[in-house]
Formats: sequence, C-alpha cells, structure tokens
Amino acid sequence: MAKLYSKRASALPLMKPKKEIVSFLLSYSKALTVLKIDNRCYEIVSN
Amino acid sequence: MVNIQLNDALLVKEYVSGNEDALAKLIKRHESKIYGFIYSKIPDRDITNDIFQDTFIKVINTLKSNSYNEEGKFLPWVMRIAHNLIVDHFRKSKKMPLYRETEEFSIFSIMSDDSLSIENKIIADQVQIDIKKIIEELPADQKEVLIMRMYQDMSFKEISEITGVSINTALGRMRYALLNLRKVIDKHQIVLTT
Repeated sequence: MAKLYSKRASALPLMKPKKEIVSFLLSYSKALTVLKIDNRCYEIVSN
Repeated sequence: MVNIQLNDALLVKEYVSGNEDALAKLIKRHESKIYGFIYSKIPDRDITNDIFQDTFIKVINTLKSNSYNEEGKFLPWVMRIAHNLIVDHFRKSKKMPLYRETEEFSIFSIMSDDSLSIENKIIADQVQIDIKKIIEELPADQKEVLIMRMYQDMSFKEISEITGVSINTALGRMRYALLNLRKVIDKHQIVLTT
C-alpha cells in the first residue's frame, strides 16, 4: 500500500447550536398547543 | 440510510401524537447538519443560532398543527425551511445592512449626528438674519438678481426674461451684488460662519 506523506486533516468539530436555544425550543414545544376549529388554527402558549 | 429516514418518520409520528421526547431526539440527531448548513451560508454564530431557532419554531408549529405531510423526508424539509429563512435574512440585510463592532471597525465611525447643535443652530439663524440685512442695503437691481438666483434658485436665462435685461447684464448685476456684499462684510468685520 502506498505511503501517505500528507498529514491527515484533523476533523472539524461538529457545529452545534447553543444549549439555551435547544432548551428554549423544547420548552416552547411543551408549552404550545395548536387548536383547529372551523379550518382556523389557534396557537396557545401556556406559561 | 433507509433506516434513519424511517426512524425520522416514526419520531415525527410520535411527536405529533404527543411525545415531546421525540422532538428532542430529532433535534439532537440533525442539529449539527442544520446548524452547519446555516453557518455555511451565514458565518455568524449569533445569526445562525437565531435562524436555527426560527427554523425549529416553524417545524414545531407545522407539526403541532398537523400540517406536515412529507413522511420520511424530515431533514430535507427542515433544510428547506432553513434555506427560506436564510434567503429572508439576506433580503432584510440588503435593505438594512448590519454593522458589527470589531477591533478595526468602530460602530461610531458611521454613527454620527450631523444635525446642528442648539448653539450652532442659533448662530446659523443669526447669520441668515445678518445676510438678509446686508442684502437689503444693496441697490435694487442687484438685490433683485441676487434674490432670484440664490433664494428662488432661478437660472440667469429666467432672470433675464423676467427682469427684461440680457443674460450678460443679469450676470454683471450678480457679480456686483456679490462684490458689494463682500465689501460691506469686510468693512463691518461681520463674521458669517457657524
């Protein structure tokens, strides 16, 4: 097998969103209720 | 590959039926791909975080309102939402460019208040009053040409037509008006600067 003379490129660290963003999204999802009444959507976000 | 798509579809189904943990799994699975995709278009961490958040808010709203019908294509669907939000971002920033403060660039170099201060405004008003007083002292024919040219923004052709003199005469009157103004200003040592 041919010898590799070039250095192996170090893997780039995975880019991730801030933990607060993910946490916010999960909380938002839990708080959100969507109601469909007569073809109309009502979004209710509980505190 | 098929397995992952199937899992996504199942997770979406579970989430729609009320399992909130399914969303956490979907985000965890795809966050780096989606975040990396946004960052590749907009290399700014803050904006990328904002767009990532907006993307998933749309995802959550759509899933919760049972409007999602692309089973098995969850990631491409989310990527498309992110792409649309990126386009929106560029449209907005084109209309309203964003400037960020860096070590080399100070935001205050482009943010300045060009309006006159109260003191300078009083001085400017006083200068205008002084100029009008001096103009009143000019001979009538010179004053007429000067007012038409400077205050009514008329061309010398228009002035000559209205006053019934040639353009050269109007030009000459304007020249003498300015010379006389200068003489009066020098004589009385009037300061006309703000």
